[in-house]
Amino acid sequence: MAPRILAVIEARDGAVRKISHELLAAARELAGPSGAVDALVFGAALPTGADALPAFGADRVLSAAHPDFARYNPDGFSATVASLAAGCTAILFTATATGKDLAPRVAARLGLGLASDVTGLALVDGAVIATRPVYAGRAIQKVKLRASPALVSVRPNTFQPRARDDGRTGGVEPVSVPAFEARVRVTAVKAPEKAALDVTEASIVVSGGRGLRDPANFKLLEELADALGNTAVGASRAVVDAGWRDHAAQVGQTGKTVSPGLYIAVGISGAIQHLAGMRTAKTIVAINRDKDAPIFKIADYGIVGDLFEVLPRLTEEIRKVRSEK
Amino acid sequence: MKIAVCLKRVPDTVAKITIGADRKSIEETGLKFVPNPYDEFAVEEALALKEKAGAGETVVYALGTDAAQETLRTALAMGIDRAVLLQSPGSPDGLEVAKAIAAELKDGGYDLILFGKLAVDDYNQQVGPMVAELLGLACVTSVAHLTIADGAIEAEREIEGGIEVVSCRLPAVLTCDKGLNNPRLPSLKGIMAAKKKPFETKAVALGPGSIDVLGLEYPPERQAGRIVGEGPDAVPELIRLLRTEARVL
Ligand SMILES: Cc1cc2nc3c(=O)[nH]c(=O)nc-3n(C[C@H](O)[C@H](O)[C@H](O)COP(=O)(O)OP(=O)(O)OC[C@H]3O[C@@H](n4cnc5c(N)ncnc54)[C@H](O)[C@@H]3O)c2cc1C
Ligand SMILES: Nc1ncnc2c1ncn2[C@@H]1O[C@H](COP(=O)(O)O)[C@@H](O)[C@H]1O
Repeated sequence: MAPRILAVIEARDGAVRKISHELLAAARELAGPSGAVDALVFGAALPTGADALPAFGADRVLSAAHPDFARYNPDGFSATVASLAAGCTAILFTATATGKDLAPRVAARLGLGLASDVTGLALVDGAVIATRPVYAGRAIQKVKLRASPALVSVRPNTFQPRARDDGRTGGVEPVSVPAFEARVRVTAVKAPEKAALDVTEASIVVSGGRGLRDPANFKLLEELADALGNTAVGASRAVVDAGWRDHAAQVGQTGKTVSPGLYIAVGISGAIQHLAGMRTAKTIVAINRDKDAPIFKIADYGIVGDLFEVLPRLTEEIRKVRSEK
Repeated sequence: MKIAVCLKRVPDTVAKITIGADRKSIEETGLKFVPNPYDEFAVEEALALKEKAGAGETVVYALGTDAAQETLRTALAMGIDRAVLLQSPGSPDGLEVAKAIAAELKDGGYDLILFGKLAVDDYNQQVGPMVAELLGLACVTSVAHLTIADGAIEAEREIEGGIEVVSCRLPAVLTCDKGLNNPRLPSLKGIMAAKKKPFETKAVALGPGSIDVLGLEYPPERQAGRIVGEGPDAVPELIRLLRTEARVL
């Protein structure tokens, strides 16, 4: 039988989040040409961007609309996903704050195992095989999900979203939301003053460490991030503990795990706990004045030098490159 | 306030991991193990909540082999009242672990069941909410800030680019994130007292689950890096490499 994949789409403030396009790419890859991909969206009404999901790989959009779904509703969402599980080969979640909260609830409702935070997916003889980093990225585990549907959450920045293809169209079908008991309620979402791009979702991350010397100097990284575009500013634990940056920006074992296309570590020594959070970046650049800093052992490209001299030049050159395009 | 804490024994996060001869699990001999760092936030929160309430009981549970006794003793030394070891080799399927824990906690009369956000060995981030679902309890995951008053919980959790504020009522399951508190260290007095605290051991049998581990490998070695140059003059060459070789710009 042709595979059928249910992709649980994430929305916020009434709009589909871009990360969902990555999820559809993963779903499409698993479904293959003959398989079907259903994109499930939640909202008080159909979220903005839901009708474009077919252009990113969905065959159908399933809309679970409910007055309580303007915000994340763990109990209602999990009841709805579980009600749609029958006949699915796999159910895919984004391994984001929301997806990591939702997926285990669905798994327990269905009595099925869950592979979290996967970085690779394949369908072999009808069974989903997933690879996933374990031990803080020091090993990669390969697991087979014997049950159907296979439940999986997919790590951000792992699958490349498909190019938008407006030739691909698909209908939006309402699905009924089963009765549920809302045991918890999201009462508010506080956004930081400047709604920053999250380090886990940005395609480029520039991170600063103790070498920046003063919180005000993070301005240099913010300027570089602005010049690069779609870039988040991360931080080492040393500067988070010092109160220079928010914990949300911390990369590493007790912070976030990031896999951007480009990671630039500035004034960061490269402690093992920091490496745990960024070693899966596709390309790593390190700027450090100590040529023996451990970060250079993992970096693809390094510049040995004073960051206060290198950063302004880098930002300037990036601006030039960006303006050429 | 009666509070349960679930605590896992995990390899020290800085320890070098060696893949075992079965190519599916790690070599444990000679490896240093510690209480899962996120579970220490749970232990601390349980102790602080009981202290604040002025009365109650805190109980720590670990599912694992006899080696987990040491981990449980650490929690007792921090101040937890009693410990229960659920003897089992564990499972690659988090749901099986959750089922065993849920069965054990079901009739415990707990107001609060605390977990770590994730175990730093399997990186599953799932046992807590699974237990909640199996027990039909309210659950908030990755809690970084918590207030409890008159049986009402208000918790904050970090989401991408913001903070989610979640409310529910006791009894509830919470999973604890960094930022919630600063775990205390066991005192010498605590270590001595721990030896006399109630310690129960029960064998549990886990089901086969639906996840099989096929293999465990080292991550692909990153190719030895290259120093592009020194100082700001190296920047143009770096940019050239990022464009033409790495193709990330
Ligand atoms: C249980 C545990 C969990 C941890 N979790 C994390 C985590 O999640 N994330 C994390 O990052 N750390 C974590 N750590 C901390 C980690 O061990 C390091 O202490 C921390 O990463 C160091 O931060 P840093 O690189 O900014 O500072 P440092 O190690 O002090 O490095 C500063 C670097 O800046 C360079 N430098 C200084 N001045 C300049 C200049 N002018 N120009 C260029 N370079 C300069 C120096 O050469 C040095 O290499 C954890 C530790 C423990 C024990
Ligand atoms: N074997 C275990 N014994 C006790 N608690 C556990 C066990 N496995 C997981 N937990 C709890 O569940 C949390 C999440 O674990 P995991 O889902 O494995 O990442 C941990 O932080 C612990 O609080």
